[in-house]
Amino acid sequence: MTSADFTTVLPEILLALFAMAALMAGVFTTKDKLAPMLVWATAGLFVALAIWIGTGTGARSAFGGMFIDDPFARFAKVTILVSAAAVLVMSLDYMARRDLLRFEYPVLISLAVVGMMVMVSAGDLMSLYMGLELQSLALYVIASMRRDSAKSSEAGLKYFVLGALSSGLLLYGASLVYGFAGTTLFSGILSTVQDGVPLGLLFGLVFMLAGLAFKVSAAPFHMWTPDVYEGSPTPVTAFFATAPKVAAMALIARLAQDAFGAVPGQWGQVLAALAVASMFLGAVAAIGQRDIKRLMAYSSIAHMGYALIGLAVGTAYGVQATMIYMAIYVTMNVGTFAFILSLERDGRPVTDINALNMFAKREPLKALAMLVLLFSLAGVPPMLGFFAKFYVLKAAVDAGMVWLAVAGAVASVIGAFYYLRIVYYMYFGTEQDPVESRMAPVQWAMLMGVAVIMLVGIVNLFGIEPAAAVAAEALVR
Amino acid sequence: MENQLLSIITFLPLVAALILALFMRGDDAAAQRGAKWLALFVTSATFLISLLVLIGFDPANTGFQFVEERPWILGLNYRMGVDGISILFVMLTTFLMPITILSCWNVETRVKEYMIAFLVLETLMLGVFCALDLVLFYLFFEAGLIPMFLIIGIWGGQARIYAAFKFFLYTFLGSVLMLVAMIAMYLDAGTTDIVKLLAHDFGHETFSLLGIQVVGGLQTMLFLAFFASFAVKMPMWPVHTWLPDAHVQAPTAGSVVLAAILLKMGGYGFLRFSLPMFPVGSDVMGPLVLWLSAIAIVYTSLVALAQTDMKKLIAYSSVAHMGFVTMGIFAVNQQGVDGAIFQMISHGFISGALFLLVGVIYDRMHTREIAAYGGLVNRMPAYALVFMFFTMANVGLPGTSGFVGEFLTLMGIFQVNTWVAAVATTGVILSAAYALWLYRRVVFGALVKDALRTITDMDRREKLIFAPLVAMTLLLGIYPSLVTDIIGPSVAALVTDYHAALPVVAGQVALN
Repeated sequence: MTSADFTTVLPEILLALFAMAALMAGVFTTKDKLAPMLVWATAGLFVALAIWIGTGTGARSAFGGMFIDDPFARFAKVTILVSAAAVLVMSLDYMARRDLLRFEYPVLISLAVVGMMVMVSAGDLMSLYMGLELQSLALYVIASMRRDSAKSSEAGLKYFVLGALSSGLLLYGASLVYGFAGTTLFSGILSTVQDGVPLGLLFGLVFMLAGLAFKVSAAPFHMWTPDVYEGSPTPVTAFFATAPKVAAMALIARLAQDAFGAVPGQWGQVLAALAVASMFLGAVAAIGQRDIKRLMAYSSIAHMGYALIGLAVGTAYGVQATMIYMAIYVTMNVGTFAFILSLERDGRPVTDINALNMFAKREPLKALAMLVLLFSLAGVPPMLGFFAKFYVLKAAVDAGMVWLAVAGAVASVIGAFYYLRIVYYMYFGTEQDPVESRMAPVQWAMLMGVAVIMLVGIVNLFGIEPAAAVAAEALVR
Repeated sequence: MENQLLSIITFLPLVAALILALFMRGDDAAAQRGAKWLALFVTSATFLISLLVLIGFDPANTGFQFVEERPWILGLNYRMGVDGISILFVMLTTFLMPITILSCWNVETRVKEYMIAFLVLETLMLGVFCALDLVLFYLFFEAGLIPMFLIIGIWGGQARIYAAFKFFLYTFLGSVLMLVAMIAMYLDAGTTDIVKLLAHDFGHETFSLLGIQVVGGLQTMLFLAFFASFAVKMPMWPVHTWLPDAHVQAPTAGSVVLAAILLKMGGYGFLRFSLPMFPVGSDVMGPLVLWLSAIAIVYTSLVALAQTDMKKLIAYSSVAHMGFVTMGIFAVNQQGVDGAIFQMISHGFISGALFLLVGVIYDRMHTREIAAYGGLVNRMPAYALVFMFFTMANVGLPGTSGFVGEFLTLMGIFQVNTWVAAVATTGVILSAAYALWLYRRVVFGALVKDALRTITDMDRREKLIFAPLVAMTLLLGIYPSLVTDIIGPSVAALVTDYHAALPVVAGQVALN
């Protein structure tokens, strides 16, 4: 344990210290009055850390390889930090007006983010599990933040029970891997599997993938997603749909490439199966949904399927495609949830998509922005969402997995239907019982900003393409 | 400036749409008028600028002209250019858009958005015909669905929702398969540059897939994937069923754009991609396409006879006429392909005019039922005259552009497959039957319906809309060289290259 080790993990340490300090401040002062200020401070810190991490170069590791700081980790961390900051500031107004704004909220989010940062930097089964659990425990609590609502408590409990189960699977898998590889270090596992994979190690790998699939809500481990999305307060749902997904996806990439990179055949098929199941389940099951939060849950399941395609092919280009996919995906979700947060009737949040009837007539600009986002989510060009899908499909065809690309293409048509249905309600429906859209300036800026990004981004993707390429090359050797 | 001409005409309407969206406020009569005038002005300006392209175009050069190139994301390039095959589609689009805008002068609901939708649509349509990069082409091709989806869904008729969804999902499914094929092409050729792809030799070795021998190999697979997209767009029998629904429900201007321009993207796609890039695939699948076309011509003509809704009748007639186009294309000889392009251009004017004609009386009576009309000639002589002219053009009367297209395609196909030609020719007779019968029921006879007693003839605006269409239909009918001189050399090069690519393979196919 040298000072170099601590320098490497300095961002994580700072954020953890900040969270603890904020907790102390919250406890010792008059509690929730501090919350708005804390939210802004947390978001500011996230952005500052993102800039700091984003400007880093090179690759180094700390604590004997347990913690890795490379371009891949940095790309994921910047995505996580920026999206978490965006979700935090846009939830402020919603929570304040519904008396949900407790000082614990930014503190828990900070801790979850620390967990995620450890996850994407994990170079060892121990640090992997530590990051994952720190993240998960914070998320369980946030899910049930609305203590007086049965649905919110149910969401928290459901998430906790199923999450614990998945952690158990993961831990069991990790113990098998350790038992057969004799080490918990990814680099050690990598050198073990190079001379053939023992059956026990394979079992361990599959169990670990199952546990991680739960975290990204890939089918068939998706059951918790719709209920938790529906039950949690909307800002929390927005958070669930963005940063943790990036972290878990990056973790899968890290585990697959760093620990089992020598035997892509062993996990490629598993990930491909997860991808296909998620894409189709997400597309088909969303058709029957009436609640926009449940619909977004299935939407995110489908999107995780697409992102997994990139990982399943196992190439550097595939990882790059996945990272770009995740970056575009979180951007789209931030915009969409900014819109969902604003929907209300008589001050109460509304999530029924029927309520959007003829929304375009009352709020043409917001409806237009939403239109752009929905077509982007559906993957219709020229929106950025199309390029996200294009990348992963290209990676699949590139690696000779044409069937995977065809499956993705077909699923995207099915998926287009339910996004179109929201457009249908907004533009073609019959007016009845109008919904209000009260937006704080921040939410408005997020919605419009994301819509503009979806359109303008096709010019050069804001330069994330080369960054993702560097990240992927750092991971896949 | 010279070199950016195509980008200018492509994006000028989009700029106008942005100005409308961002700077025009209010929904009162003045704002509505302003939006219409701006749209009319910009589409007219686009047409005038596009004339510069036509003037500067050298027909003898069979390569791409006015080429622009700029680097873009994903290692792609932004590439635009026109050749003898695409330039007339560009002209058709810019020519028809001002007419379309003028035709919706009486629309009163959400006028600004309506104009924005058409302006965006124009940009996307022009982009399709100018794009010289696969992904850029796909981008424009697909994005065109969005404004059309909204045009049908917002300003359409009673069952507009069903029609809009059917339109979108049908075409979307076709297109994503094309996307996968495009990725496969990229991997095979290592580029998405259409110019380079045209020169690339895609594999055509027979391979076995799931136990089925695929004659023509990769080319056949790619052909089928593109076919899925273009056949739906065209539309060909039996995937034409979205078209009647979309046409009937779309507002008049939407129908005009759909029939006159959007359908042509399918034919353009066959000429730009299927024939030159997958000659072997085209050769393998050609007979099937020919027979599908022949069936389309006869079957949809018969279906048209049975229609009671004017727009539906014209929609089915469009499918039949597009049958001539696919037939001409897959005859792959000079007359056939010349005829197919000619037919597409001419159909742009004629079907556009027919939908506008339906729109004229629909605006007055708010019904498209044929049975609701009769004896219109008594009250609307000018209307009867214009309707007669376009009925005759639709039937293919010599002297109108409709004749040239049908004649050339039939001549082309006769040299290739006499049986298909024979079947298709009966379609000419059937088209005379349904078109003339429609005309008789709507225009002739005694004026017995009470509702029609006060109907007024076309006003000056309506006459103005039809004047250029009549002029073009006549001009092309009397002097077809106007078109064939421009497309001739490019078509000749296309046909020569196609046949040059085949003989090597003819032996191979025979071997299997």
